[in-house]
Amino acid sequence: MGSLSTYAGQVLSTLLAILVGVGGVAALYVVMDFLIGILPDKTQKRFRPWVFIGPLLIILTFYLVYPTLNTVYLSFLDASSEHYVGLENYIFAVTNPAMHIAFRNNLLWLVLLTALSVGLGLVIAVLTNQVRYEGVIKSFVFMPLAISFVGASVIWRFVYAYKPVNVPQIGLLNAMLTGVGLEPIAWLVNKATNNFALIAIGVWLQTGFCMVILSAAVKGIPTDILEAARVDGANGWQVFWRIIIPMISSTIAVVATTVVISALKAFDIVFVLTNGNRGTEVIANRMYKEMFSFLNFGRASAIAVILLLAIIPIMAINIRRFQEQEAMR
Amino acid sequence: MASVTYEHVYKKFGNVIAVNDMNIEIADKEFLVFVGPSGCGKTTSLRLLAGLEEITSGDIYIGDKLVNDVPPKDRDIAMVFQSYALYPHMSVYDNMAFGLRLHKTPKDEIDRRVKAAAGVLGIEPLLDRKPKQLSGGQRQRVAVGRAIVRQPKVFLFDEPLSNLDAKLRVQTRAELSKLHKRLATTFIYVTHDQVEAMTMATRIAVIRDGILQQLAPPQKLYDLPDNVFVAGFIGSPSMNFFDATLVEQDGKLFVVSDTFKLQVPVEKMGTYKEYKGQEVIFGIRPEDIHIKAYMPPGVVSADMKGKVDVTELMGNEIFLYLFTGKKPFIARVDPRAHVSPGDIIDLSINMGNMHLFDPKTERAIR
Repeated sequence: MGSLSTYAGQVLSTLLAILVGVGGVAALYVVMDFLIGILPDKTQKRFRPWVFIGPLLIILTFYLVYPTLNTVYLSFLDASSEHYVGLENYIFAVTNPAMHIAFRNNLLWLVLLTALSVGLGLVIAVLTNQVRYEGVIKSFVFMPLAISFVGASVIWRFVYAYKPVNVPQIGLLNAMLTGVGLEPIAWLVNKATNNFALIAIGVWLQTGFCMVILSAAVKGIPTDILEAARVDGANGWQVFWRIIIPMISSTIAVVATTVVISALKAFDIVFVLTNGNRGTEVIANRMYKEMFSFLNFGRASAIAVILLLAIIPIMAINIRRFQEQEAMR
Repeated sequence: MASVTYEHVYKKFGNVIAVNDMNIEIADKEFLVFVGPSGCGKTTSLRLLAGLEEITSGDIYIGDKLVNDVPPKDRDIAMVFQSYALYPHMSVYDNMAFGLRLHKTPKDEIDRRVKAAAGVLGIEPLLDRKPKQLSGGQRQRVAVGRAIVRQPKVFLFDEPLSNLDAKLRVQTRAELSKLHKRLATTFIYVTHDQVEAMTMATRIAVIRDGILQQLAPPQKLYDLPDNVFVAGFIGSPSMNFFDATLVEQDGKLFVVSDTFKLQVPVEKMGTYKEYKGQEVIFGIRPEDIHIKAYMPPGVVSADMKGKVDVTELMGNEIFLYLFTGKKPFIARVDPRAHVSPGDIIDLSINMGNMHLFDPKTERAIR
């Protein structure tokens, strides 16, 4: 009984929150609009746009701009944010051996995740374009995208599961290996394989995204142009490299930069499966550890700022490319 | 330079037969036009030759070479598409050079050929531009240029003029004819526009429902259509058809319906005699129907009456929409004629240009 009433109470308070939230915003706009209406015509025109984007800007300021600036500020303070320490946190970030591993791994993530998911996505998009069961194939490739990073990590933990030799293997990969008479491999422990095993999960999750966007671009190429190239003397390979790739290059760039950003932010998979142990550390996971395990706010903030600085130029390229693409329509 | 041969070529898309037992021999240096209503299989016939579609059965030869299993790139053909299909990421120069580069032509040779073609087509100032910066007519020229630099054995054109405005179309038509003479190569051209077919072709292949109806030079196609479809398709406004009976009377032969009785010229009696007493389809072109007062001299004519429904003054001629009984027909008459809707007028039919068709087979009686 008690749990049921708690449940009902939760539903009620949720509904109330929605009502107050949405109603509150609506009321805010109505009231503000009324107030603007009182002003003389000329001033009205000037102020009205601000009434509508104003609340959004305020919210963004509180949720994005302020935390960012505060993080930058904290990165110059010590662990408990009490004393100014200058560049000490940054020096730590670029000299610490664990950070070096994280930087190396992020670079690995960046190169491999981007190359593999964009490459595979592109290949699947182009190949399925000529197949009858296109929809089915693409659905299967796309499905992982609906799974959260944490969920995917749990699934793959089973795929990579390792039992000692002579014990039945419950992991898919090792069952296959022992099935053909090979030794099982501790995928997530072995330093030669663990980073690649983690990145493979990222590829599995991101390929669908790349494929869908690239497939739309490939379909946008008129059939006539591909046929003209074939009549002109191009084989399949030449059509792909000289016609398809250049014609969808701006889409490839947008997709690639999006994946690059997700590689730089790589965290969930590593956190769930290895927590950065045995040489699998990444910058974001390191930041989490400094923040919540070691409670060193200064260092965590410095790492966050480094990550931010790495992402900004890519974001800029991405936005510019996107605008170019829009302008072409 | 090469001949092209279709031998019993079929193309099926599921249950639809797009090309049905196509047999055509196209001579070297010919300008052959496939013409027919949309969906008749003319574009499919061209695409089969290009290798863009696979033949269901039959053989296609380019020169002496069987090309059934030869991919498009090895057929030594060039094609101009209806949409022009220019490569949007390449300059005009690169568009034209693309095929040559794929064939590993030396650089200076490519340059020479591209510039020569650009000169012929008057697109030299455009060589550095991208297709997007060109007008429709300019793009069309680039598409033609891309085909001619290749110096292929056969040129294929898939409705290349249909995206141009009327004036440019007429102009380009003449230019393509000139280009054909200059290049002295086999041209195969698809269009639904019978004027394009008539003006450019050395021979025309009329196609309906995937079946070749008639293959003949333009004038022969116009004067001696093999069947009702060809007779009606070629010529604008199209030929008038009447259900009639061939009747012999006093040693003369007449085409008779409920509303008219027209004497067959003596010199044609021999051909038609065996059909006497039988039902026929009588065909006569609008320009062979004259107003009696303005009948040109030297014509073997027969008289009939018609009731005017609508008149369309074209300046140099008048289109008369007429009725004989309940049957509508069109005449193309002298512009001096003063007729108004509702008038019943005397007409003279130029029976020297009459056509008769068998109503069962719809084939011409000759």
